[in-house]
Amino acid sequence: MTAIEDATLKLDPEEARRVRQERLERIGKWVLPLAIMVLAIWLWDRICVWNEIPQYILPRPGVVLQTLHNDARLLFSSLLVTLRITFLSLLLAVIGGVGLAVLFAQSKWVEMSFFPFAIVLQVTPIVAIFPLINIYVNNQTVKLLLCAWIVAFFPILSNTTLGLNSVDRNLRDLFKLNGATRWQQLRYLRLPAAMPYFLGGLKIAGGLSLIGAVVAEFVAGAQGQSSGLASRIIEAGYRLNAPRLFAALILISLTGILIFLVLSLVSHLILRRWHESALKQER
Amino acid sequence: MIQEKVAQKTASGEGPMLLSLRNVGKIFSNGVTALSKVDLAIREGDFLSLLGPSGCGKSTALRLIAGLSTPTSGQLDWRGSIDRSNIGFVFQEPTLLPWASVFDNVWLPLRLKGVSRAKAEPAVMEMLARVHLNGFENSVPRELSGGMKMRVSIARAMVTKPRILLMDEPFAALDEITRFKLNNDLLELWQDERFTVVFVTHSVFESVFLSSRVVVMAARPGRVFGELPISAPYPRDEVFRTSPDYAALCRQASDVLVDAINSTAGPHHDGH
Repeated sequence: MTAIEDATLKLDPEEARRVRQERLERIGKWVLPLAIMVLAIWLWDRICVWNEIPQYILPRPGVVLQTLHNDARLLFSSLLVTLRITFLSLLLAVIGGVGLAVLFAQSKWVEMSFFPFAIVLQVTPIVAIFPLINIYVNNQTVKLLLCAWIVAFFPILSNTTLGLNSVDRNLRDLFKLNGATRWQQLRYLRLPAAMPYFLGGLKIAGGLSLIGAVVAEFVAGAQGQSSGLASRIIEAGYRLNAPRLFAALILISLTGILIFLVLSLVSHLILRRWHESALKQER
Repeated sequence: MIQEKVAQKTASGEGPMLLSLRNVGKIFSNGVTALSKVDLAIREGDFLSLLGPSGCGKSTALRLIAGLSTPTSGQLDWRGSIDRSNIGFVFQEPTLLPWASVFDNVWLPLRLKGVSRAKAEPAVMEMLARVHLNGFENSVPRELSGGMKMRVSIARAMVTKPRILLMDEPFAALDEITRFKLNNDLLELWQDERFTVVFVTHSVFESVFLSSRVVVMAARPGRVFGELPISAPYPRDEVFRTSPDYAALCRQASDVLVDAINSTAGPHHDGH
């Protein structure tokens, strides 16, 4: 007993190896990706220098960073425009996706009848739909929102529907036995059970809503009707201002990463006490 | 034959009839006859075990009693009015809400009846104490052991003070030491409250230890094969578990069970 509790206990070679391995993995998880990233940036810089590539073709990383600083006001105001569309469309995707999923969960018949529509919306490229939206919708913001929404809502709808339908049979019987109403069953059983699925869908939709917003701005921006990051990219492209193009691109990527991290954190916080996906692996 | 026995027992001063199954049959849409011509009388205060091999329809019988399924033929007669709130059900798995605390899990049946958290608290806490889970009300199921989860499940079934508790092989997945403990605690609870229990099991030892009556069922088609009154007095404890009386009763029940298994027509499928 005391030997086990002893902090300086002697480990056999197998356990010692395991502890070493774990320690290495913990450090490697952070250091490796960072090191590779730094190496890639360094290589990018060297390629520019070695091949004497002009700045309007491929700017050096330092120049891009400088541009990010110099054009900060312009770029960040554009970023805000893009973010507004992204978050609004994500919010609408959550409302629409969950709302439709709940509707589908009420009856197999509703699901069978309307799910194909959702799939049609999902598989038709948004770039191809946009000209239509452009004809039917006047308001610029509504246009962009609609585009980003179409791209983002499907993973939420599809995942939440799956979640609502994967409730344990016995739990369903338990609710039936206790005379639960439809609403109670939804509120206390199906929605919480669908939560991990919904959060999985949300993580995908977060990235997609950013993509949707940028694509919509591209299509709209080509007509000079947008002021988001995508239109900055198009504009920079026309002017052969490659540093600004790269700066805008980096901003978009960072935003995407940030959205993913925030949504992962939210998901972890909600599920950490009970769901397998959020639990530390136990030996 | 069973009817006669029941009549005698009732006459000898045991609880009044609570439920009788008369000529009950259940045929599934795939053509399987799960139950055939089942007659069964359940009196108030009974601790009745349905003992039998897999596929003998004991779980189906339980679901019929719970109202989760309807019989194809025959009928179930309840004495007096009984609605679902008078029935407690314990599944083979603990079947808890994994996201909810122990308290919330036990509160659930009351919550579904519109009882607020504050109003339910005394009843929930009392039930948790009865199953020896004081202090665990804020834990979530994954933090509990298998036996503790089953205790929560029993507390949840009992929190509405049901007249009849239906248990579908509740301890089958537990290790023997935990199972013995839960057996003892269940008996203690039953003796204090004297509700009616219908307990499905395939363990001869468990059925004899717990029950006042063991009903042995046979498979293909699922039917009642025989009945064995267990007249050993309560409280039953570890002394009873190791007594010659218990061994003799187990022997008897086992013999009936073997006959029931052998009586099954057709090729033997090892219970699959």
